[in-house]
Amino acid sequence: MVETAAFSHASQRSGRHRLEDAIFRNATRGFAIFVLLLLAAIMISLLVGALPAIRAFGFAFLWDQSWNPVKDLFGGAPAIYGTLVTSLIAMLIAVPVALGVAMFLTELCPPPLRRPIGILIELLAAIPSIIYGIWGLFILAPFLQETVQPFLGATLGAVPLLGVLFSGPPLGLGMLTAGLILAAMVLPFIAAVTRDVFMTVPAILRESAYGVGCTTAEVVRDIVLPYTRVGVVGGVMLGLGRALGETMAVTFVIGNAHRVSASLLAPGTTISATLANEFSEAVGPLYIPSLILLGFILFIITFAVLAAAKLMLLRLDRQAAK
Amino acid sequence: MTLYTRRRATNLVILTLSLFATGLGLLFLFLILGALLYHGLPALSFGTFTHATPAPGNQGGLSNAIYGSVVMTAVATLVGTPVGILTGTYLAEYGRGSWLAPVVRFVNDILLSAPSIVIGVFVYTLVVVPMGHFSAWAGSIALAILVVPVVVRTSEDMLNLVPSGLREAAFALGTPGWKVVVMITYRAALQGMMTGVMLAVARIAGETAPLLFTALNNQFSSANMNGPMANLPVVIFQFAMSPYADWQRLAWGGALLITFAILFLNIGARFLANWSGGSTSR
Repeated sequence: MVETAAFSHASQRSGRHRLEDAIFRNATRGFAIFVLLLLAAIMISLLVGALPAIRAFGFAFLWDQSWNPVKDLFGGAPAIYGTLVTSLIAMLIAVPVALGVAMFLTELCPPPLRRPIGILIELLAAIPSIIYGIWGLFILAPFLQETVQPFLGATLGAVPLLGVLFSGPPLGLGMLTAGLILAAMVLPFIAAVTRDVFMTVPAILRESAYGVGCTTAEVVRDIVLPYTRVGVVGGVMLGLGRALGETMAVTFVIGNAHRVSASLLAPGTTISATLANEFSEAVGPLYIPSLILLGFILFIITFAVLAAAKLMLLRLDRQAAK
Repeated sequence: MTLYTRRRATNLVILTLSLFATGLGLLFLFLILGALLYHGLPALSFGTFTHATPAPGNQGGLSNAIYGSVVMTAVATLVGTPVGILTGTYLAEYGRGSWLAPVVRFVNDILLSAPSIVIGVFVYTLVVVPMGHFSAWAGSIALAILVVPVVVRTSEDMLNLVPSGLREAAFALGTPGWKVVVMITYRAALQGMMTGVMLAVARIAGETAPLLFTALNNQFSSANMNGPMANLPVVIFQFAMSPYADWQRLAWGGALLITFAILFLNIGARFLANWSGGSTSR
């Protein structure tokens, strides 16, 4: 900060300016603190709202499977399980594809096409989640029900152990469909971060590797990936944070069943889908607090994942600055 | 097979897979846009913009939902933008060397990706419960909370791009610090900051989750900010999940409107950013 007063001659005016300056600076600082307090307020209000449910169910809420609004008995296990399973499916599909996209954009793509294709992938990220939801419900789910799921049931369903994952009637709606939609949604986020991270590799490293005769695949595997490992993991975690909290796309296709089932074709629910479906119609002393408690658990999980992602990306920034 | 041919073959396989992955991503985009055009265009007519949402089996449009979305998005942007810009100003201009700036930056990045439905629950407990009813104000507040982190992030980035020579020149003329920021730095970064606001608008225009239990929905036209108000995303959600064919048709129409509005904003924001010489990747 340059001290303003040093440049000013008229002392009266300088006094006024100093006051205005202090007001402006403190205003901006006040809003910065406001953003900080916002996060704290979200956590505290969720915790306070969830207190009745925490008192009634305690830690058992985490593994209790009951969801009975009539008897006022609630357990979070099905929703937590569904959230984790759908996000896992999404990451298993999205991460390899996103790495492929990033590799294509940084190593393979002809330079004039780089920007347009990059922008198209980013536009995929701009499409609101409700659009993914409506598309999943009317286009993807019938397609899965009629072709993909019977095929999976007939082939993988017959394999011992693994078969449990693909047993049951093909409903179209369920955890597999939700996972697929989530994969399409987080793909552009992971691809964009990974591409940016790949760009931080110094050209000299890449060129040296090509110079000693490495193929493109070897450059990516042995030079780019080891150099950017932390950043790639950060990008993946960022995508995971999105997948865990995603609401509308999942709500359309998850099927809303409060039970833990081994089959991926079976309908389930997630924390966000439960909130979206039931919050505005919930009545009863423990119903709303239980839903808020689910929201609190979701916030804690995503907070941990996003914080880890952020720290990893910061580490890469520091490495790049060196 | 010699080592050389094996390496060549591996390379070819991996490059093909990477090409395939990119194709898959683009395929998704075109499948979604194609489905929207195919199902949405026939559902749109002049009446869509002039009539309110119908009862099942009746003729109607989306006028009340479009109105609600525009109003709530506008209010949220008007509330969230100044907060975001001032916070971004602190981070870029005054925060250097303080403990507060890195912490705020970190928290802001978390808020940027925080699940929007949790913001809805937060506003529900903070606004809807004390007021005793759902309202468009509550919906706007929820959306404003989503605007803030986007604007903070872009305004900080854009202010950082302003060359310090510009600031120093103004200081050398004896300009007070706040005037340097408002009249020099803001002006230099104006286009970039506008880009941030447009991206924020694009982000909230399609947000559904935080509105579900704040603004709720309204079957009728209402300009009352104190009561529930219809809005496009929630109407799309409700109509698409309904068993009525004509409601589903309207849902597709609304989905088409909202998506193209958002893509338009996004592409516009990019042009603005390029034109001003700044760079944004997100």
